[in-house]
Amino acid sequence: MLKTFKIGGIHPNDNKLSAGSAIQVLPVPQEVTVPVAQHIGAPAKPVVAVGDTVKVGQLLAEAGGFVSANVHSPVSGKVKKIEDFIDGNGYRKTGIIITVEGDEWVETIDRSIGIKREITLAPADIIKKIGEMGLVGMGGATFPTHVKLAVPPGKKCEALIINGVECEPYLTSDHRLMLEKGEEVLIGVKILMTALGVHNAYIGIENNKKDAIEYLTKLAASYPGITVQPLKMRYPQGGEKQLIDACIGRQIPSGKLPIDVGAVVQNVGTAYAVYEAVQKNKPLIERVVCVTGKPLQKPSNFLVRIGTPVQAVIDAAGGVPENCGKVIGGGPMMGRAFTRLDVPVIKGTSGILLMSEEESKRGEMSPCIRCAKCVSVCPMGLEPFLISKVSMKGDWEMAEENHIMDCIECGSCNYTCPSNRPLLDYIRLGKGKVGGILRARAAAKKAAEEAAAAEKK
Amino acid sequence: MNVVLITIAVLVVLGLVASVILYFVANKFKVYEDPKIGEVESVLPGANCGGCGFPGCHGLAEALTKADDLSAIGCPVGGAPVMEKVAKILGKEVVASDPKVAVVRCNGSCDNRAHKLEYDGAKSCAIASTHFAGETDCSFGCFGYGDCVEACQFDAISIDEKTGLPVVDEEKCVACGACAKACPKNIIEIRKKGRVVQGTARRVWISCVNKDKGAVAMKACKTSCIGCGKCAKVCKFEAITIENNLAYIDPEKCKACGMCVNECPKKAIHATFTPPAPKPKPAPAPAATEAAKPEEKPAEQTNTSKE
Repeated sequence: MLKTFKIGGIHPNDNKLSAGSAIQVLPVPQEVTVPVAQHIGAPAKPVVAVGDTVKVGQLLAEAGGFVSANVHSPVSGKVKKIEDFIDGNGYRKTGIIITVEGDEWVETIDRSIGIKREITLAPADIIKKIGEMGLVGMGGATFPTHVKLAVPPGKKCEALIINGVECEPYLTSDHRLMLEKGEEVLIGVKILMTALGVHNAYIGIENNKKDAIEYLTKLAASYPGITVQPLKMRYPQGGEKQLIDACIGRQIPSGKLPIDVGAVVQNVGTAYAVYEAVQKNKPLIERVVCVTGKPLQKPSNFLVRIGTPVQAVIDAAGGVPENCGKVIGGGPMMGRAFTRLDVPVIKGTSGILLMSEEESKRGEMSPCIRCAKCVSVCPMGLEPFLISKVSMKGDWEMAEENHIMDCIECGSCNYTCPSNRPLLDYIRLGKGKVGGILRARAAAKKAAEEAAAAEKK
Repeated sequence: MNVVLITIAVLVVLGLVASVILYFVANKFKVYEDPKIGEVESVLPGANCGGCGFPGCHGLAEALTKADDLSAIGCPVGGAPVMEKVAKILGKEVVASDPKVAVVRCNGSCDNRAHKLEYDGAKSCAIASTHFAGETDCSFGCFGYGDCVEACQFDAISIDEKTGLPVVDEEKCVACGACAKACPKNIIEIRKKGRVVQGTARRVWISCVNKDKGAVAMKACKTSCIGCGKCAKVCKFEAITIENNLAYIDPEKCKACGMCVNECPKKAIHATFTPPAPKPKPAPAPAATEAAKPEEKPAEQTNTSKE
């Protein structure tokens, strides 16, 4: 009996069209746009000026706060402009635009093909190195990795969980990475285990990737402490909370973090990036991007330099077909549609999905029939119909009472609704508002406490 | 018979005891409220719209009663007549404030802005703004999904089917500001209604909020403000300022002369009246026009080529 998480979940058709296509290296484009905000948290601050010559791997912008990440140059060439560009949502973001000249790398990066197995660095140094190399969660959430690895005092990490689930339909970048860079991923996991001081790591992989399970299980035999955990196919198993439940059977209480149950979750893509950063001194300057979709000519997986235009990646896979209705950054469940295709690939772009005209249309919305399907599929045990309704009405107190902040925005409710109601759209709106209220409340409380403390003095 | 008498006696005694307790409790926990608050509240419209900035009409009545003078606060819905009544009750003087109205600062109709994308999510501006910047190239303009219409309690704002933009009914609008708060793009502004000439309240405003550089804004929309500054130059009252490639007319300084309306090469300045025909153009001294020419040329040229 395969393991899985306990409540909710859906079974969309997995459509892994590009699973059999090996990772190809995409040629370096003529110009790249490197956004300074590719991660959750404060944007990075540029440290180069217009006209500077940069090498591959050179620091372009340094972390702009505690939760932030360094940004390195993915190409060598000249800094053409540092200005606002229009991102995938149509809003303006600051980016560093570099004209490519040659392909000269920073000398400290080890570009040899050989696998470096022994880990020489101490835990604190590993975390520091990961921070320097600008690593972020590669699954799509782009949370700075070094922040996640810094376990707060008083808490203890007991298990490292590696996310090789790739539960989003269509996407295959993690799958290919496990198959082609299995050894490196395992060394990356070992490094993460050293950094966290844990002895157990579980690599959760869904059962639709049998070859990856087999291959990694074979390799893991020589890595004590690492267990490959085959999981039943179910969306959203790749969600942090769901994966912890599936792998080690622990459930995270409302409002708590994985570390509160002694777990840290990292993506296989991150594990590979950790290997490259720690063993080869290579910053996060390229990533595997899966280009897929039914109307696409050649669904493929590419190793793409950060900052490459999305258009160039699609062109390499056969170009945008005529009947294409939507291009999505990420998977079909949680991804966001691009408003334009001249936007760059960033650290969190795990996939580019093209949908045909008829696939991409939402059905017409009709009234809620109280079938409670959304309730039964919600992996967080919420009542999506209710919290979306109260968000629609602007009753933020009621939304908070009904744990709107626990929503992981997986979209299972939207997927299952027979009335095609945009449940998640409203929940997301409500989350934004309630989040603002909670932050304001916390700030007011802090100010009051400080005032009281000052008075005592 | 006895049973009936005893029952009555018991109930009477119980009632007396309870009333005595209640009397003392009521005295002990009495909350004093100025009777004037109730009186003031009774003359307020009672819509509880919150347009005054207080939580409902009772909140405003309290604030009015406490306030030393009534110049800073007032009921936008009731306007001058209601405030006069309030002043009478409170024995204070009312300062006549200028009536205000909501103004939509976007003119990006389907003809002016080409729609390049199609959004089929929940029809709400607040939600759409979390997904993307808009269906057109302009990331500042109106979505047209009607959050302002939803927010209006006075049925004063509606979406024009032809243009896809909100239209304010000047008669019904009470300038409570609910629409301005609801708009995620901050397009709606509460402005002075302006002085009334021949039955129409005269006001002039820049009907655009695009802060992009001129070239980008020009491509995005036919009637976007490109920040060329021609309006600021022509204004005799220094009412127009340019900031972030966007002009703004200060309603306090603007005399609604309408000079800028015809000057704007992009027709981004709107007025509620027909501005004077550009007669004075040939009139000014030739030296002045010559000096201004080289700067104005590029803007004019691009404008004519577009047309």
